[in-house]
Amino acid sequence: MSYLPYAVAAWLCLVGLAGVATSKNLVHLAVCLTVTQSSSYVLLLTVGYVDHGKAPIFKGVELGTPAVDPVVQALTLTDIVVSVVVVALILALALDAHRLSGTVDPDRIADISG
Amino acid sequence: MSRRVRVALLAPALLVLGTLFAWAIAGLPAFGDYRGPYGYVLNRIVVPLRHTTNVVMATTFDVRGIDTMGEEFILYASVIGVTLLLRDESGARRAERRTRRLRSDAVRLVGVVLVGVGLLVGLWLVAFGYVTPGGGFPGGVVLAGAILVLYLIGSHRDYRPFRNEHLLDPLEGIGAGGYVVTGLAALVTGLAFLTNLFGFGTTGTLASGGSIGILNAAAGIAVAIAMLLLFAEFLETYVVPLEPEDVQS
Amino acid sequence: MMLLATLAPLQAVVFALVAIGAPLVVLTRDPLRQALVNGIYGVTLVCLFVVLQAPDPALSMLVVSGIAYPLVILAAVARVRGERRRPKETKDE
Repeated sequence: MSYLPYAVAAWLCLVGLAGVATSKNLVHLAVCLTVTQSSSYVLLLTVGYVDHGKAPIFKGVELGTPAVDPVVQALTLTDIVVSVVVVALILALALDAHRLSGTVDPDRIADISG
Repeated sequence: MSRRVRVALLAPALLVLGTLFAWAIAGLPAFGDYRGPYGYVLNRIVVPLRHTTNVVMATTFDVRGIDTMGEEFILYASVIGVTLLLRDESGARRAERRTRRLRSDAVRLVGVVLVGVGLLVGLWLVAFGYVTPGGGFPGGVVLAGAILVLYLIGSHRDYRPFRNEHLLDPLEGIGAGGYVVTGLAALVTGLAFLTNLFGFGTTGTLASGGSIGILNAAAGIAVAIAMLLLFAEFLETYVVPLEPEDVQS
Repeated sequence: MMLLATLAPLQAVVFALVAIGAPLVVLTRDPLRQALVNGIYGVTLVCLFVVLQAPDPALSMLVVSGIAYPLVILAAVARVRGERRRPKETKDE
């Protein structure tokens, strides 16, 4: 039971990858990639969770109160914002491919360039 | 690789990957049974050492400040990539841009309120980032969103100053450059790069954390401008619906 | 917050919501609908971060899935469709 949260993270990763591999649209593919990336957030926060721990914010909270790991939260925080620009870059590449080949279907793009 | 081959390869690949995941998970400590020392250490030492009540922000901008600098440059690099990929087309079409004016006053009123609220919330998130949850990263996105609403309720022309390179580029420079300069300032005084060398102030107030506040503001500016440039590049051509009736009106 | 920390069933429910949301995002093949489903999935992630005592990532995820992702995805969809509907002949107007 206590391993299920990690399994959710693994599940998100696999589902996202399956979506990427079976995608018929590059925009759809980019969104599937964000699902894969969301597994990293879930894994990081799950690993850093402390039973009955509180958020690592000590405004009006006594020092020494059990709190969850702030390091993984810092990693997740920047990860989320950076993921936006990365998705934007992938979408820009998709639009560029669309401009050159007139399609967003990865299979048909491959046909045209090959 | 054809679609069928790809799907056929996918099933065993996912199976293997899933098995590896299961194996890895079996070796992890149970959920909630945190073993690492860093979380405990940071939660204990950050407030006395740095006087910031948000330990996550202190971690982001002080303990692993140099990583965050790297992430800011990822923002930079990606925005440059998007701009390069989308720019040539938008340049060709700039002449024919027409905007559908927003005619509903009620929508515009809601928009005006949203701009105000958005700017306020964004600035509040950035400013108090190291006291309460928030910080430059989410705050910057909210700020960019609020400025974008300005574009939505006004005509496209009103938005143009915000994507004017002469205004945005220096700001983006302040965002990323300010971060590096704060780091270099520590080097000048003979300490290591990004050493927190300002006074730490009073715990739980805005005047706390030393250089964390400066780096937080720099990150807020960098994120807001990066998002704005990104939105602008994507919307640049989107706002060319150019139905024939639009051209005539 | 104090209450949430002790509520393991709540965490289980939110984990389940996230696990259900991900395949829904992937299986929605139309990018326009997918942008919407992805937003809902983002909200379930926000809930998850809150029950995992991570307010900073929750805020980050909230603004990203509420503002940034939809905007970038919708703009991309609109551009792909716009170009498809309106082929090259408008260039020389």
